[in-house]
Amino acid sequence: MFRFPMRLVGAAVALTLAAANPGFAQQLELKLMAPAAPGGGWDQTARSMQQALVAAGVARSVQVTNVPGAGGSVGIAQFVNGAKGDGNQMMVNGFVMVGALAMNKSPVTLEQVTPIARLTEEIQVIVVPANSPIKNAQDLAAAVKADIAKVTFAGGSAGGVDHVMAALFAGAVGADAKKINYIPFSGGGESLAAILGGKVTAGISGLSEYEGQIKSGKLRAIGVTSEKRIAGSDIPTFKEQGIDLVIANWRSVVAPPGITPEQRKTLSDAVEKMVKSDAWKEILKQKGWEDAYLGGDAFADFLKKETARVTDVLKSVGLVKS
Amino acid sequence: MIDTFAALAHGMAVAVQPMNLLYALIGVFLGTAVGVLPGIGPALTVALLLPVTYKLDPGGSLIMFAGIYYGGMYGGSTTAILINTPGESASMATALEGNKMAKAGRGGPALATAAIGSFVAGTIATIGLAFLAPWLVDIAVRFGPEDYFALMCVAFVTVSATFGDSPIRGLTSLFIGLTLGLVGIDKLTGQARLAFGVPELLDGVEVTTLAVGLFAVGEALYVASRRHHTEEKLEPVRGSLWMTKEDWKRSWKPWLRGTMFGFPIGALPAGGAEIPTFLSYSTEKRLTKHPEEFGKGAIEGVAGPEAANNASAAGTLVPLLTLGLPTSATAAMMLAGFQQYGLNPGPLLFAERPDLVWGLIASLFIANMMLLVLNLPLVGLWVRLLAIPQPWLYAGILVFATMGTIAAKPSVVELSMLAGFGVLGFLMRRFDFPIAPVVVGLILGPIAESQLRRALAISLGDPMTLLQSPISATLLGIALIALVAPFVLKGLGRFKANED
Repeated sequence: MFRFPMRLVGAAVALTLAAANPGFAQQLELKLMAPAAPGGGWDQTARSMQQALVAAGVARSVQVTNVPGAGGSVGIAQFVNGAKGDGNQMMVNGFVMVGALAMNKSPVTLEQVTPIARLTEEIQVIVVPANSPIKNAQDLAAAVKADIAKVTFAGGSAGGVDHVMAALFAGAVGADAKKINYIPFSGGGESLAAILGGKVTAGISGLSEYEGQIKSGKLRAIGVTSEKRIAGSDIPTFKEQGIDLVIANWRSVVAPPGITPEQRKTLSDAVEKMVKSDAWKEILKQKGWEDAYLGGDAFADFLKKETARVTDVLKSVGLVKS
Repeated sequence: MIDTFAALAHGMAVAVQPMNLLYALIGVFLGTAVGVLPGIGPALTVALLLPVTYKLDPGGSLIMFAGIYYGGMYGGSTTAILINTPGESASMATALEGNKMAKAGRGGPALATAAIGSFVAGTIATIGLAFLAPWLVDIAVRFGPEDYFALMCVAFVTVSATFGDSPIRGLTSLFIGLTLGLVGIDKLTGQARLAFGVPELLDGVEVTTLAVGLFAVGEALYVASRRHHTEEKLEPVRGSLWMTKEDWKRSWKPWLRGTMFGFPIGALPAGGAEIPTFLSYSTEKRLTKHPEEFGKGAIEGVAGPEAANNASAAGTLVPLLTLGLPTSATAAMMLAGFQQYGLNPGPLLFAERPDLVWGLIASLFIANMMLLVLNLPLVGLWVRLLAIPQPWLYAGILVFATMGTIAAKPSVVELSMLAGFGVLGFLMRRFDFPIAPVVVGLILGPIAESQLRRALAISLGDPMTLLQSPISATLLGIALIALVAPFVLKGLGRFKANED
């Protein structure tokens, strides 16, 4: 009896979406897996794609399934084995999955899936409490070089983008990345409390997560990881400050192994059309995601390079045994 | 102070707009419904509704989400009391005495004290949210990893000493839970522990699977095993369906004490709803004038935890609204809700969108009223569930428990775990081991471990950091006294006996 309202809601969404685009609906009926629990970044990406694909008239229906577990390891295993050769299925993934697969010694790897496109990225930031003596990236670099163990970094789960970034920072300033004192918290919220309370030296997270605190002056941003300064922002990049640290938390979409080149083209075209739609642009604005569309072979290349880079870093900090 | 009143009055004006009232009503209704079903919690509901609501105006949908949150806390207690199946981990403490009361024909008063206690606690805590939020959050942020570890120690000691016939049995159960808590990827090093190469185990044991397995499935098996020994007589209603004067007298203090536990601990960034509910249960067991009733259905044991549960829900909104810091799964989903409108909760939100923040706070008062009105008349209907013949009722519970588990995580491994925990629950009942400490161990063990290791990483391995923080030192002192005091008192008692 309690399932009734849910179904009603689902039907209502389908109705409104169908009504908004009469005539445009095509034959594509997609299944989209978010290899995570509802609510996280991958799930939100999948649900946003669902919305945009239908609104842009690319697909008639998109069904999102959640397969949570171990940073996507459970989801990708099910995807590679269960969806092989199916040209109507896709899976959302991203930076975190690269590290998770390496650390969990997953038998399934990202080489097995068919890359479709990188969609979005989030710029990373390092912050310190407002009353910290560290004023800029060079100060932090000096502290790291003086005694790396005493500089505590708070960030997200072990092996995630924040952790990799702490190791890359140490490496970029010429310190021994193996010795970083990285303290993982579950999610940006908990680490935020530790940073505000002055329990750690610095915090690492996606820029949007700390934006409010930075604007209100409770946290000081000492650098962002983008190539160039973000338009309208007064936070300097690490590159400007002479530290070669460029990284972003990207999210992408992939197809199962064993699909035909035609099937791959259909999916790639569908995603490209979606990315260019107004509906997608509207969603990016709402969620504060950067458009980082990269399709076809360029994305396949990127995926390969990023996998190699992350695996190297994780080996250097001892999270992955070589 | 005056400003707060003015702002709150303005918020009331926003909240009583007919559309917003409607959203609040939809929210509390949905929330109660999903709270009843184990597995589908408020967090999942909000997640599913997010894409639907993004065309609504921000105020309306946030009010609806808050309604779902409060409603979920209510709904969870109903199944906990009636069929010993806590809908979410926060209503586990409620199940302990509540279900005993229901079996003794006092399901009506148990549900009533839970509903009214939730209302009282929710209202007081919402007032706290309105007036104390900025001040409370400054203190909450001062809680470091070592302080959380000390708080967990207090919880461990009180829980294992309170439950069961002897501390040894309580500790045994606690350690089963702590071991289960080790399963999965270690949060600090990323290494898998006790997962035996099963990918589904990498994320650890799901709390609801353990709780439903131990409580509901274990109970069903136990009842089935005793069926031909002694027919347990279940009386749906004995005495008044409503709370008696005596019930009121025994309930109001636990309501207030539960609120005092729930609100501040809920406001801590890593506080949660479980610690305050269990602390409240332990406290009531100690303070009661009817200790003989505990374990057989004492109303204090329902009133306190249920109040603590709802107060902590309001508490979580403190860091969410003032810092943009989500401290529960549902709060995290509400944060996503804020962000979908381009709003970033945090210090600026109060200044930038006061109508939204105060409208939300005001609608919490209204949601609370609605829940009371919605739930009290249902008490009579719910208790009739107990009149269902036992085999049917327990078969229904098994279906219900299985469905909830599949809804949360559709996997064979998860179902096997549910069955395994059911057998464990049966054995523990059969040999008189308390069940609650297992679940407490599973929830708090991993938190305590990572907080301790974080504290040590920050202090470069110096254990003295645990005593240097005044908060931590005080809490550890309390834990030590709670652990030693019973033995000392016993020793003194023997000493006196010798004098005679």
